[in-house]
Amino acid sequence: MTYLAYAVVAWVFAVGVYGAIVSRNLIHLALCLTVTQSSTYILLLTLGYRHGGRAPIFKGVKLGTAAVDPVVQSLTLTDVVVSVTVIALILALALDVHRQSGSVDPDEISTLNG
Amino acid sequence: MSWALPLPVAIPLIAAALLVVGGELLPRRVYDAIGIAAAAAATAFALLILQASERHDVLHWFGGWHPHNGIALGISFTVDPLGAGMAALACALDLLALVYSWTFMRRQSQTFDVLMLTFGGAMAGFALTGDIFNMFVWFELMGVSAYALAGFMVEELGPLQGAINFAVTNTVGAYMILMGIALLYARTDALNLAQIGRTLERRPADRLVIVAFVLIVTGLMVKAAIVPFHFWLADAHAASPAPVCMLLSGAMVELGIFFIARVYWTVFAGPLGVHEAGVRDVLVGLGVTTALVGAAMCFLQRHLKRLLAYSTISHAGVMLTGVALLDPHSLAGVANLVLAHGLLKGGLFLICGIVLVELRHIDELEVRGAGRRLPGTGVLWLVGTVGLIGIPPLGVFLAHQLLDEGARAQGFGWLAAVGAVASGVCAGAMLRAGARIFLGWGAAEDALLTPEPDEDAPERDVSLGLMATVAGVAIVLGLVAALVPGLEARTQLAAERFADPSAYRAVVLHGAAHGDMAAHLSHSLLSVDTGSALYGFAALAIAAATAAFGLWHRRLPGGLRRAGARTLWPPVTVMRDAHSGIVGDYLVWLGAGTLAVAAVWALTL
Amino acid sequence: MSSRQRLRGVIAAPVLTVLGGILLWGFSGAPAFGDFHGAYGDLLNRIAVPQRHTTNVVTAIVFDYRGFDTMGEEFILFASVVGVVLLLRDIRKPAGSKDDAVQSDAIRLFGVLMVGVVVVVGLWLAAFGLVTPGGGFQGGVAIAGGIVLVFLAAGYRPWRAFGREALLDPFEGGGAASYVALGLAALIAGTPFLHNLLGNGTTGTLLSGGSMTLLNWAVAIEVAAANLVLYTEFLESYLVPHLSER
Repeated sequence: MTYLAYAVVAWVFAVGVYGAIVSRNLIHLALCLTVTQSSTYILLLTLGYRHGGRAPIFKGVKLGTAAVDPVVQSLTLTDVVVSVTVIALILALALDVHRQSGSVDPDEISTLNG
Repeated sequence: MSWALPLPVAIPLIAAALLVVGGELLPRRVYDAIGIAAAAAATAFALLILQASERHDVLHWFGGWHPHNGIALGISFTVDPLGAGMAALACALDLLALVYSWTFMRRQSQTFDVLMLTFGGAMAGFALTGDIFNMFVWFELMGVSAYALAGFMVEELGPLQGAINFAVTNTVGAYMILMGIALLYARTDALNLAQIGRTLERRPADRLVIVAFVLIVTGLMVKAAIVPFHFWLADAHAASPAPVCMLLSGAMVELGIFFIARVYWTVFAGPLGVHEAGVRDVLVGLGVTTALVGAAMCFLQRHLKRLLAYSTISHAGVMLTGVALLDPHSLAGVANLVLAHGLLKGGLFLICGIVLVELRHIDELEVRGAGRRLPGTGVLWLVGTVGLIGIPPLGVFLAHQLLDEGARAQGFGWLAAVGAVASGVCAGAMLRAGARIFLGWGAAEDALLTPEPDEDAPERDVSLGLMATVAGVAIVLGLVAALVPGLEARTQLAAERFADPSAYRAVVLHGAAHGDMAAHLSHSLLSVDTGSALYGFAALAIAAATAAFGLWHRRLPGGLRRAGARTLWPPVTVMRDAHSGIVGDYLVWLGAGTLAVAAVWALTL
Repeated sequence: MSSRQRLRGVIAAPVLTVLGGILLWGFSGAPAFGDFHGAYGDLLNRIAVPQRHTTNVVTAIVFDYRGFDTMGEEFILFASVVGVVLLLRDIRKPAGSKDDAVQSDAIRLFGVLMVGVVVVVGLWLAAFGLVTPGGGFQGGVAIAGGIVLVFLAAGYRPWRAFGREALLDPFEGGGAASYVALGLAALIAGTPFLHNLLGNGTTGTLLSGGSMTLLNWAVAIEVAAANLVLYTEFLESYLVPHLSER
């Protein structure tokens, strides 16, 4: 079970980067980056899990009850916000590229090289 | 002085937010003025903090959460002179860029100001922080502000491509850093640098620590534009307006190098200590490769901003080498190089902006000779370039001297030659460009140089005087920075403190009062070492030769040229093709580079 | 697929496979899944309620113990929205004069009802974030989602009442600025940045946590406004030009 969780992380990361590499559409590329980022969420939350732990909410719950790690949850929250913002920027750039050149294929828009 | 620590971050950020609140209510000039005032205040506080940090480390626990039995509850800013110096440099460059933009950026100046302020605040936070996740947050804010600023000129395809390459590669780098942070958290249950280091020190490095080290250092190397993670930098610079380039080259790349040093000394020095040589060799190798590839590509450019960008890559390689030696002398050298290079390169980028506005092109061959009517600007360009060569005692000389000292101490004396060659070739390319533009020398055509799409020139009604003054201030400051009395000794002292993890931990986790260092602060002028002076003059000779070759290579005898072409052209063409401008290619290099570094360190550490 | 793209794929696949393997090798040094016993997390679980009177420990971390990170994060959202506005400035075409109102009465009715429900849920998520799962970020996104339902349910003209920069910018900037201002206020009062300025309140009620409540609302407002600006930008860059062609 342990290896499954971490294997999922490595797999999702690799697949996301692979998708970004062979992408032929900038919007697809942005979403591949979202996939890559999901691997970081999975890693963070996997690391914080405790068998038999409840959510770190103590309303009506006795203090000292085993709970999962709240710190990684707050880190994941930050992570999600970050990903939304970067993807929004890349999508806006994709729209601009389409307007300028009619294409969203990364290979076709390279004017800067060397 | 602890109260002042949040200010270089908070002031620019709140100013940025208030500018957005203001909307259309106030005239544009008022917003520009608010931006400049905020950047000035941030710089002032950063300098104040620098002064205080020289005497002892300054600490600020956010929210008032002090460590509980050695476990850090909240986030700290832990400031030593090198960190404060980086923050001050970043804020100062932000200020210079905003003043320059008063006249240079006419359209969209309000949005521009907002993003420049968030960029500046993020850089300050990144330099001052003592918490690894907080570093990631400022890393992302720097990134987001920079991606948007890079895409500023949306009317052309080139800038958009540059912005996309920038955003995608740096984002993948950021994800790798985050994975590394998660792994460190898993092992140490801490996010505070000092606390992580203390926990890791107990055992030698195992597989988790090695992979975390690979991920974090590689992610930072993407930001620092080290080969093979460097491809995005030239594209981003070609895309961005000149004041933004000043910040990218002058501060952002250097912050990547800075944090590699920071994270090594606070976190990884303990567990990796016995394998110092393994770490050193790989990073020195990467640094040397970067220095040479950057210099070669620099020579092959005719787009002025790309030329300077590759020179930045080359200097970043030298900086990484300095950090990689893991020696306080070379670390002090890196600090001085960052200072001098940041100001000089920033000034040179501002001159690019002047060239674009006055001469309407950014391509060296297009504006050949047109610069003759801008003699003052030409002189500034020359002075800036000479500063980057490192002739004693000006400009980057002090930095190279300290780097050489550290290299010799670690048995890498040959690095001095590499540094001389790299800075010589880059400066030669800049001299060539300057001579062609401002003097009209050299051939009108040059097949060696890669043509790039030109840049749209902004409106003409700008104040040349203001732009030239700001550029001049930056260049002169960069040139004479090394002459500040006591700088050499003080940076060495600061570097020694930086490389002392146990003292850092004592201050952060146990509130130990550092002894007051005031007594040790020196005021002596720098001393010139003959060996380094010779390397400086060698670099000058190389620069002159390179510039002459660049300008007049067609006059060389035909046989020599053909032989040269047969041997050199194939590898050069391969190298140029690798810089394809396609983001997928860049990601493949990123993956392959990470794999190579990971494989080597997995086996040797 | 061009040969270059094929070549990239052929190189990338083995590189990423081996890299994934090395990552797994590194992960195998981490604690087993479900075996978390972190000192930092456990400590905060124990002390957050007595110290800050908030029963949601995650919110306590986000807005207090690590509140400075949240400030940076809020500004990341802020900067990216400003960036999107900057990047799309030439493409967007606000105000179509064509009436594209939604025709179906069922959709309109359902939409009108749901707008209210979703916005209230969002406000509840934000308000009770200190007590039960939720918080400023989650609530702000939900509120924005509720308001964009106006576009989906009623059409572009009604949406323009909400999706205007002149209306949204003060909220976006105001939310971000007030977060920093609360931090600076603490500094001026002689305490560290973002130190709690108000009393802690009663555990388990809306008025718990002190400054955290204010910071929570600052973030909720800023996130809602920022998301609405994003929706506006993309709607006007992508969708509206298509609508006005009909």
